[in-house]
Amino acid sequence: MTTNKDLVTSQRLRQRQAKATFFKYFCIAVTGSAVLILGILLYQIISDGYRWVDWQFMTSYPSRFPEKAGILSAFVGTLWLVSLTALLAIPTGVLAAIYLEEYAPKNRWTQLIEVNIANLAGVPSIVFGILGLALFVRFMGLNRSVIAGAMTMSLLILPVIIIAAKEAIRAIPNSLRQAAFALGATRWQVVRAHVLPAALPGILTGIILALSRAIGETAPLIMIGALTYVAFLPESPMDEFTALPIQIFNWTARPQETFHELAAGGIIVLLGVLLLMNALAVYIRYRGSKS
Amino acid sequence: MKPILMLTVLCLILGCSNDRDTAATADDSQLSGAVRMDGSSTVFPISEAVAEEYLAVQPRVRVTVGVSGTGGGFKKFLNQEIDINAASRPIKASENQRANATGIEYIEIPVAFDGLSVVVNPENDWVDFLTVAELNLIWKPDSPVTTWADVRSGWPDQRIRLYGPGTDSGTFDYFTGTINGKEQASRPDFTASEDDNVLVQGISGDTYALGYFGYAYYSENAEKLKIVPIDGGKGPIAPTEKTINDGSYSPLSRPIYIYANAAALDQPQISGFISFYLNNAAILAQEVGYIALPEAAYEAARQRVANRNSGSSYHGDAPLPHLTDKN
Repeated sequence: MTTNKDLVTSQRLRQRQAKATFFKYFCIAVTGSAVLILGILLYQIISDGYRWVDWQFMTSYPSRFPEKAGILSAFVGTLWLVSLTALLAIPTGVLAAIYLEEYAPKNRWTQLIEVNIANLAGVPSIVFGILGLALFVRFMGLNRSVIAGAMTMSLLILPVIIIAAKEAIRAIPNSLRQAAFALGATRWQVVRAHVLPAALPGILTGIILALSRAIGETAPLIMIGALTYVAFLPESPMDEFTALPIQIFNWTARPQETFHELAAGGIIVLLGVLLLMNALAVYIRYRGSKS
Repeated sequence: MKPILMLTVLCLILGCSNDRDTAATADDSQLSGAVRMDGSSTVFPISEAVAEEYLAVQPRVRVTVGVSGTGGGFKKFLNQEIDINAASRPIKASENQRANATGIEYIEIPVAFDGLSVVVNPENDWVDFLTVAELNLIWKPDSPVTTWADVRSGWPDQRIRLYGPGTDSGTFDYFTGTINGKEQASRPDFTASEDDNVLVQGISGDTYALGYFGYAYYSENAEKLKIVPIDGGKGPIAPTEKTINDGSYSPLSRPIYIYANAAALDQPQISGFISFYLNNAAILAQEVGYIALPEAAYEAARQRVANRNSGSSYHGDAPLPHLTDKN
């Protein structure tokens, strides 16, 4: 026997279900279009550039002849830059995060510092370039060296690393710390033996994502005067350098179509490096969540 | 762990690059040291080609070329951060003053011609040529031109859409200086881009477009664009390799330069690089889309370098006469 009330509810139910279905397909459509755009971009880049990516391309210096041109100095420059940036930014960033989470008194000053770090993460990269030019290149007299570029990049990604490391450290349950303190451990022992190992997957993921950002940045490097044509490899941190995004940028600005294809080849290499780093981040997180 | 991995990869690559040094022939005239160059992105393809060929002869010299733009390059040049600045316009009076104030002697060396090309969409069938006065009418500040009919009666009553290089570029300085009589004086309502390929795309997709950029960007995209012959008083002339080289494509042929620090020329690798540049600029410039200067201009520049004649011989008039000035 169906009452009036039952009818109304079943009507409502259908309406609610229709909304739910609509929302589901709407989400699928949005995700699909994002993936589609990415797919189109990737297809265009790869179809333009795949012919150029070979051993010769990886091991040659730039040239006015597209068939002789390569990304050796740019690729090695990028590796130098990222390695030095990692050496500078990782210890500083992680130690700052540890201080802010484990040692700093929770007062207004700490809060002010934390708000400022969050703000710095949103500052356009060109601003860091201007700072790098004035401070490292000119004032400290480092010229247009890899170390000047790496210091600038470190400043750029420090906020990202600090924030990611802080989140990871904060996610460690307090009971862990209290248990260690109860057994008489010092704060240093607690941090070193318990907090850091537990937070490591999160910290590493943040670090790799931050370094991925450094790899793709062009604006600050152009600002500090990283070069475009370099036909030698840096042998020390004081040497001049160029980097992949700059080489790509230069090739896209050339009038000849073939150089645009070379740029696509450079983008494929850069994307490959980025994908590798991101895959590493995913893997580390996966392993961390299993243990 | 990752930095260690990176460094390993780095060492591997560094390791396999050493054959460049051993490949160098044992020659008495082997030079070493650095040649630091920066400046205009317009001149960059020529400098890259020269550097590439110079390194084939002198593999131990470290030539570096940056692209900070003509003005940005002059700042570094006057700070003595670089030895040579590439410029797509002559040095400005203000820059010259700073050089005098800081006691920097520079030698002006024209290396090639670029023909600023005025182009329209291929579907544009009404424009046969433009006079310099008409270009001025279109581009001057507070220009009254909004439609093609405003330029010349009989042309379509359709909105004219303008494209040009960004205000930081030497191309913009030269065009405004020549057409509007004052550098940087231009109507502001045009689509500006630092990347000339963007201008090519815009004009080739817009029937009522008009724009200008370097000759190389026209010649590489000739099928997508229509060139506009310019009447500078001697009848309409379109830019071609011949008309630019012999100076008949006037006034939009512009020389592009390198400026060398005179004191730096005492270093053999730098003076070697400069004379190599002058000896090969004619061929290499053409290979990358620019036009060679008349031989007399290169000869005059060689003289100026040999005598260390510093200062600019550009006095704001038509480009050709001063190029052969030996002083």
